[in-house]
Amino acid sequence: MATPAEQVQDPVGGVGCSRKRKEDARFIQGKGNYTDDLKLPGQVFGAFVRSPIAHGRVVSINKEPALAHPGVFAVLTAEDLKPLNLHWMPTLAGDTQMVLADGKVCFQQQEVAFVIAEDRYVAADAVELVEVEYEELPVITDARQAMSADAPVIREDLEGKTEGAHGERVHHNHIFRWDVGDAAATDKVFASAPLTVSEDISYQRVHPCPLETCGCVSDFDKIKGELTVYLTSQAPHVVRTVVSMLSGIPESKVHVIAPDIGGGFGNKVGVYPGYVCAIVGSIVLGRPVKWIETRVENLAATAFARDYHMRGELAADEEGRVQALRVHVLADHGAFDACADPSKFPAGLFSIVTGSYDIPTAFARVDGVYSNKAPGGVAYRCSFRVTEASYLIERMMDVLAQKLGIDPAEIRSRNFIRAEQFPYTSCLGWEYDSGDYHTAMQQALEAVDYEGLRKEQAEKRAKGDLMGIGVAFFTEIVGAGPTKNCDILGIGMVDSCEIRVHPTGSAIARLGTKSQGQGHETTYAQIIATELGIPSDDIQIEEGDTATAPYGLGTYGSRSTPVGGAAAARAARKVKDKARKIAAAMMEVSPADLEWDVDRFVVKSLPDQSRTIKEIALAAYQHLPEGLEQGLEAVEYYDPPNFTYPFGAYICVVDIDRFTGEVKIRRFYALDDCGTRINPMIIEGQVHGGLTESLGIALGQELAFDEDGNILSASFMDYFMPTAVETPHWETDFTVTPSPHHPIGAKGVGESPNVGGVSAISNAVIDAFAHQGVTHMQMPHTAYAVWKQINALGLNK
Amino acid sequence: MAKKLISMTVNGQAHDVAVEPRELLIHTLRERLSLTGSHIGCETSHCGACTVDFNGESVKSCTMLAVQADGAEILTVEGLASDGTLHPVQEGFVEKHGLQCGFCTPGMMVRAYRLLQENPNPSEEEIRVGLSGNLCRCTGYQNIVRAVQYAADKMSAE
Repeated sequence: MATPAEQVQDPVGGVGCSRKRKEDARFIQGKGNYTDDLKLPGQVFGAFVRSPIAHGRVVSINKEPALAHPGVFAVLTAEDLKPLNLHWMPTLAGDTQMVLADGKVCFQQQEVAFVIAEDRYVAADAVELVEVEYEELPVITDARQAMSADAPVIREDLEGKTEGAHGERVHHNHIFRWDVGDAAATDKVFASAPLTVSEDISYQRVHPCPLETCGCVSDFDKIKGELTVYLTSQAPHVVRTVVSMLSGIPESKVHVIAPDIGGGFGNKVGVYPGYVCAIVGSIVLGRPVKWIETRVENLAATAFARDYHMRGELAADEEGRVQALRVHVLADHGAFDACADPSKFPAGLFSIVTGSYDIPTAFARVDGVYSNKAPGGVAYRCSFRVTEASYLIERMMDVLAQKLGIDPAEIRSRNFIRAEQFPYTSCLGWEYDSGDYHTAMQQALEAVDYEGLRKEQAEKRAKGDLMGIGVAFFTEIVGAGPTKNCDILGIGMVDSCEIRVHPTGSAIARLGTKSQGQGHETTYAQIIATELGIPSDDIQIEEGDTATAPYGLGTYGSRSTPVGGAAAARAARKVKDKARKIAAAMMEVSPADLEWDVDRFVVKSLPDQSRTIKEIALAAYQHLPEGLEQGLEAVEYYDPPNFTYPFGAYICVVDIDRFTGEVKIRRFYALDDCGTRINPMIIEGQVHGGLTESLGIALGQELAFDEDGNILSASFMDYFMPTAVETPHWETDFTVTPSPHHPIGAKGVGESPNVGGVSAISNAVIDAFAHQGVTHMQMPHTAYAVWKQINALGLNK
Repeated sequence: MAKKLISMTVNGQAHDVAVEPRELLIHTLRERLSLTGSHIGCETSHCGACTVDFNGESVKSCTMLAVQADGAEILTVEGLASDGTLHPVQEGFVEKHGLQCGFCTPGMMVRAYRLLQENPNPSEEEIRVGLSGNLCRCTGYQNIVRAVQYAADKMSAE
């Protein structure tokens, strides 16, 4: 059942309305303001010389021919950055990363030198003129080989160090070991369980790949000593702090401005060598330096995601009730550990791996390793490894169902956390805030006529046709996060909102988050409109300028609504508290005598006595009785008491051509429960987009490498991007289970479809072969990979 | 590098521009004419963010030399609206939530504009095929299809 956006009649255009987007006007007229659109007076252009090999020593760098080229201003190498102590930089994960190759290169396309020239053409010419001599070293691209005894040492700077940022290192290519749960108790359950299943499940290396690549323009004002950096950042305030720490410039003199961003999906959280080099360049030259990634650089060098090699095991009884879960993960982090996770979580929130199920005992171990691949490990439309965790448990539930001959939907229902168990504390320690999984699953099964589909599948199988039905149920953990658990570089993961109501009744709100297409200018205004009774059209939303917005940790991990949205609601409530006092003074009654009605305070006993927010706003800037200060504004820093736990039931139906292996998604139904729905139109748009990304991952994408460490998928020639043709019509649906601790009950939705979509599509493809005894196939399920499975089974004869 | 003078009409306005022989049209539009609506997303003519209308055809301006545009008639996103009135394609993208981050949108709309000239009443399938040279990472295309259908309906009613 496709659900049209609800048409809510609301005088102020508040929560629940499918309000048209405020940001669209500039984008449809070519008036967006993206980083590469900036042209500052005197601006010059930087470009990287990159390593052609995956591992080797840098024997020599000769920059003279490049420097002699007309229009070239500078060529920076690690030697130039060393006196500033900027040749290496700290990563968000507690490791360090070379800004420019310091004696060796550890992955192909690593940054070796930074050329600054009058424009991008001259810079490209000069990149070719820098002569670099390398001496090749053996290469590791397979995480499973990284910790073998004779594996080459990738990080010589760490040689002999047995302690890393997250505890003991057991091998020279080992980064961390992270254990969660009760290992002994889990082993005990497995030893005596009636039934166990296990499967090796990899989630391949992929890339968020926003359509706009990363970039910046750095502008240093020598006279004021102020640095302004325009930068494609999902977290501009954090970048400001990092830049201040690295450069020594006081944070008050560093301005980071994130202009319009052409998609982020996790790619634009980190700090990249290009930013550091552009900043240094602008300080050295006294001119603005622009650096814009090419697509090849984007795919090859910044911010991969996933690359998790997992072994999942379930212990269960004969009815399919899970008694224990055991997981071991080998996590390939590339040459530098630059994962973007809350600092104390080297494997992110992977411990949500028990999923939507009431599993009494579990243990998970994650070993992070270095390899000769690019650093990254970002949360690609995902709340810190939730996607990997969800994929693991959703695959394992199918494996168990298959072993027992129980339907995949049924085995999930038997194990779901029941509605009356919420708030539910999982055996790995998370407190799920709210949920009603059985209702959602039932609604999904009825919507697609699940029984009818299984009947059709049986008939198709009898004829030799390949039809798969994928069932996936996910629970996310988003909205990082409570400062008691979550920080980045020691800064608690709060977010913020400042609201100012002007004398004539319109308002401006500034937030610490940063939209990359999610529609914050529209939805935050709706939250404030409902709280304050100011029409959403009269509320201006601003983000991304650290000089004006209050400090916040930014937009990723579906945290804008759970944290920023909560801050907006609570800031509005502070404004409203003051408005109540002013209204009471205006009508000469006690504040307690007033009640709120849409856009005004009304005297309880005298309903014709009222003051609208517009009237109160004007009064706030006039003479007020003693004890009341002028102005109508408030700021809120919100530290959420808990994460939120959105969930959903997804069902995917695929038909597979048994001669070509081509997978066609015939039908995809997505039911999402993100709590209170702020703007249904935007929610559905988010779901469509996330599902399309999940299609790309499940059916085609992989950052692949050959044995020499050459990246094989560094352009859209080789890296699958779904077009409108491969993309099916998405059916969306919902239930509403508000979050009990969020001020308006909202949970966040942006990442759910990527999390649930991959599992549903992959489960559908594998389900098409379930009757042949196939329990798992590795993603991506490309036509060739699927054809190989068909051919091995002889189904194309 | 010695520059070459070219003449072209962009959004109805005549321009004489001195360009490098190797200069890509997208850079001429964005950097010399300050028409930054068209974007660069991939450099391999896959993504279509740089799509402009070139002598009545959709062209990816990141893989065309500016000197090839000598004498050409070009329409970019900045020229879609006329006399302060949005083109039905632009209206459709707003009404049907056909954009999110907005980066693909100019190229997508300029392509949709040409598609509707070629086929004023396309089926969903024809719209999907017609836009398959333009990538969007945000919308999943569903609302873009609706936006184009909206524009087709509006244009045929006019």
